[in-house]
Amino acid sequence: MPQGREFIYHTENGMLGMGPPPAEEDRDLDLMNAGKKYVTAVPGAAYFHHADSFSMIRGGHIDVCVLGTMQVAANGDIANWSTGAPGAIPAVGGAMDLVQGVKHIYVITQHTTKTGDPKLVEACSYPLTGPGVVSRIYTDLAVVDVTAEGFRVVELAPGITFEEVESKTGAPIMPPE
Amino acid sequence: MIDKQFPSVAEAVADIPDGATVMVGGFGASGSPIELIHALIDHGPTGLTVINNNTGNGEVGLAALIGNGQVSKMICSFPRSSQSKVFPELYKEGRIELELVPQGTLAERIRVAGAGIPAFYTPTTVGTVLAEGKETREFDGRAYVMEPWLKADFALIKCEAADPLGNLTYNKTARNFSPLMCMAATTTIVQTKKLVARGEIDPEHVITPGIFVNRIVEVPDPVHEDTLIAAGSREVCAPGPRIHLSH
Repeated sequence: MPQGREFIYHTENGMLGMGPPPAEEDRDLDLMNAGKKYVTAVPGAAYFHHADSFSMIRGGHIDVCVLGTMQVAANGDIANWSTGAPGAIPAVGGAMDLVQGVKHIYVITQHTTKTGDPKLVEACSYPLTGPGVVSRIYTDLAVVDVTAEGFRVVELAPGITFEEVESKTGAPIMPPE
Repeated sequence: MIDKQFPSVAEAVADIPDGATVMVGGFGASGSPIELIHALIDHGPTGLTVINNNTGNGEVGLAALIGNGQVSKMICSFPRSSQSKVFPELYKEGRIELELVPQGTLAERIRVAGAGIPAFYTPTTVGTVLAEGKETREFDGRAYVMEPWLKADFALIKCEAADPLGNLTYNKTARNFSPLMCMAATTTIVQTKKLVARGEIDPEHVITPGIFVNRIVEVPDPVHEDTLIAAGSREVCAPGPRIHLSH
């Protein structure tokens, strides 16, 4: 975090002001984040029930949400909750609420899957979490904006060329301006 | 004087019948009313519809209730987690039904049921397969999906402190869905860590007003799902905690 800037972390399961994980001996069994991991509360934190928590999310009160993904499309569609495969157990959690309600949806992901397939694609083949909601993508290779004209590289990772990013992206992508 | 105390978790759940719809408070391990759930296992009704954000962990609590074959349908937002194995196995065998509801929609469906509002419109799921077959409507140029209220016959809730009227406080993120479920169930059954006298909870600090609560059982030293799983537990029986460990 840049010095001099304060961020307040919201966790879906009912807290604003989430702090870092505690030492094992300092765990409070009633203080977890949405990933079911033990966390702490910073001074000034607040607890609330789930309807209030999702009023903050759905009601547009939260500025930024950073999500992982399976696929993200050039029009900002995101698919990160189900492969849609028969027998797969679908689990949506709060992802569909987040993408519809939070002001800025950023994605952080590897640029390709473990088998080398692009995760930045022309159109998602997996079921959507939400249509046209992602504005920026951070990958191991580049920072990419979703613009009205499609993907545009904003910044390349050190030692990475635009041609490499282009070859590993499943849709047309524009170089940095 | 009104006093909603019950002498034991067993007596508090004794009238939950086969086929009942039961809300269970808790988000993952925090706020899970383990002793009430295990009293329900001992009592033994089947064909239950259970509403919780998840489907339990390991083989204790909600996972044990499911594993015992008492649940025919789960309504939840996230049916799998790193430690959930009972539900996934039954689901893959086609032995349990799943209604998947996004987390915020689940919370709001429960809240509006308690508030007497039969349905609401939400942007959540617009443009996805979870909106298929549902009524949609435009407000100010944006599409919204209609979602109905979600009621229950019973709610099983864990809280931090209760007075005999059923005024409740919770502890940190163990609060989660519980205040909403207290409102939405016909009969709300609460296990409390501390039973305090009237007036001991500052009225400004009451989170669930007693009007939403029907039964209170004091469970002074509740077990915690994560502690049980770490200890290798498979079963906890009520009244308790009488813990059977299998190492």
